[in-house]
This record gives sequence, C-alpha cells and structure tokens, in this order.
Amino acid sequence: MDQAKLKEVHVGIADLGVVLRPDKLITMGLGSCVGVSLYDHVARVAGLLHLMLPYSTYFKNVDKKPKFADLGIPLLVDEMKKKGARLPCITAKLVGGAQMFSGNDEKLILNIGEKNVAAAREILKSMGIKIIAEEVGGNVGRTIILDSSDGKILIRTLGKKQMEI
Amino acid sequence: MPNSDLSGMHIDALKEISNIGMGSALTSLAQLVQQKINMSVPNAGFYPVEKVVSLTGGEEKLVSCVSLRVLGDIQGTIMFVFEEESTYLLVDFLMGNPEGSTNTLDDMGKSAVQEVGNVLTGSFINALSSMTQFKMITTVPVFAFDMMGAVITSIMAANGRIEDNVLVIETELFQDSRKVKGNFFFWVDPDYNNILFKALGMS
Repeated sequence: MDQAKLKEVHVGIADLGVVLRPDKLITMGLGSCVGVSLYDHVARVAGLLHLMLPYSTYFKNVDKKPKFADLGIPLLVDEMKKKGARLPCITAKLVGGAQMFSGNDEKLILNIGEKNVAAAREILKSMGIKIIAEEVGGNVGRTIILDSSDGKILIRTLGKKQMEI
Repeated sequence: MPNSDLSGMHIDALKEISNIGMGSALTSLAQLVQQKINMSVPNAGFYPVEKVVSLTGGEEKLVSCVSLRVLGDIQGTIMFVFEEESTYLLVDFLMGNPEGSTNTLDDMGKSAVQEVGNVLTGSFINALSSMTQFKMITTVPVFAFDMMGAVITSIMAANGRIEDNVLVIETELFQDSRKVKGNFFFWVDPDYNNILFKALGMS
C-alpha cells in the first residue's frame, strides 16, 4: 500500500478519534491514562479514546466527556456508528493504566491507572463489547498506533522494543 | 496563553512570586551542586492540560519528574521536569562526579534528583511564606522517569486536576551553559486561587 496516502490522525489527551480504512489513529504518552481502541472488523471502522479518569460522577464540572471512561466510551461508540460501525461487530483492546510514580505519598501514588482500567472493563462489559487484547499496568509510558485496516495496535515504549497486539 | 479572566496585574503578581520564590530556590540548588544556575522570566496563566505538556515539548520525550503536594494555607502541586541529559548532569553535580559520567539512572540517581526537587521546593515555599505570611508544608516527593506526556497526565489525574484550565506558574531553569534544562510548575488548587490573590493585595 502507498504509505504516503495513509493518514495518521492524532488523538489528544482526553479526546477521541474515529477513522476508516486505511487511516491510522495515534495517541502519545499514555501513563495512568488508558487508550481504549475499538474496532469494527466488518465495516473497518476504528475508534480511539484517550481517557484520564474512571467516573465523571465524582466531579461537579464535567467539561469534556472523553476525559472519563463512563462518558467517553459510549460517545466513541456513537461516533463510530455515525461512520457505519455496528455495535455487535465492535471489539476492544485496552492499553495503558500504568503507575508512573514511585514514592511514599499516598495521594499522588493513588493508583488511578488501575481504576481507569477497571472502569473501562466494566463499561465495555455493560455495553456488550468484548475485550480481545490488553497491555495494561506496569510502570511505563506508552504510545499507541491503531491501524484501521486490521485493528492491530503498535505499542511504543521508551528503551524497549515496540510490540503489537 | 493566559486566560482572559486574569488581569495583567494578576499575572504580574504570579510572575513576581515565582521570580522571588524560584530565585531563592535556585540559590539553594547552586550551593548544593556548586554550579551557577539561572532561570528565565516566569510564565503564569491558565492553561489546558494539553498545553502544559506542550510547554515542555513533546509527549514522548524522556524526562525525570519530581512532584510534591503543598498543604496548608495555600494548597497545590509542585512539579519539576528535567530533560534526560539534564537529569544525568544533576546527578553528576550532586555526586561530585565529572560531567558526563552518569548515563543511566539508578536508585542513587533517583534519590539525588528527588533531593533536588526537595531543596528547590523547600526554598520556594519559604520565600512564598515570607511574602504572604502563609503557613505551608510539603509532602515527600514522588518520582518518575519516562515519557513526558505519561508523567504529566498521571500527576494531573492523581490530583484530580482535570479542569480544562489549570493555574500554572512555569519557569525554565538552566545552568549558565544552558546544559541543565528544566521546568518548574506550581498548580494552585482551584479553591485557593483567590486566597493567593488576596494575600498579594488583589481580590
């Protein structure tokens, strides 16, 4: 395939993106944040969400839905449906949810990453979306590139070989 | 970009706090590492999370980060970010090694960088206290050495700092030769913004 024609769409922090084959979605520097990759293998629609926090219900001012697992995942599914995806064909992959900091401060060390992953799993389950692969936890930052032609994810970390799920 | 809610006067006051606070902090650091360390004119304003990451340049850049919570009359989070090479140089200076001898970060190195964060924060808080008469204490530092985007967003999420706009006071630190590059951030918790401004003679 002609690489030059491929478009790589950047998904920012607390944001989401949807592309059609053959474009790719990229989000950089996932720490405790979780990258939720959704893929409809029939319509070849790919969606990526970069969420920061598990539940919006703990906050008074919810300014940006994609910041939260509970609001961001349904929103991503809606956006994918607009591009032709159908819920029964969508599968999910989760990446991120790391614990970046070490030290003795309970508030700062409080494991948000773990909670983000748990919330994403719960919300996906409630929507009937199956998780087919995960690369979560640990203490490394990750960059991911989701390929809409096959739903595969390339994971980049610093100082280690990149991997694919 | 500074938020329009902040007047020029507010911004100037925040810059001034940062100038005095970090000036005193860098004097302490200079004594510790026996090197002259300068700083840029501070920036202050409300920034969205994404902007904070881009201020320090690049989500995937390898950085070390020391973060502490400030508690007391004013509450907030302090964060120091040093680029990879600068991190190693700081370790060399602290350990009294010749420049360039450190090229990975072991546990000793991590402690050294945390200590730099401790010393800088201590002096900054003392300077801020004497200006405002506020009582403040800091928590033990936490540390990370990884992708900048991952590090900064994790600290913000852990603090529940998820507003689109965060009050940030930011300063670039560098040694004379500009070899040690770093950024200092002070995020004031939202409930304390006005207390801080009042103490500085503005409401």
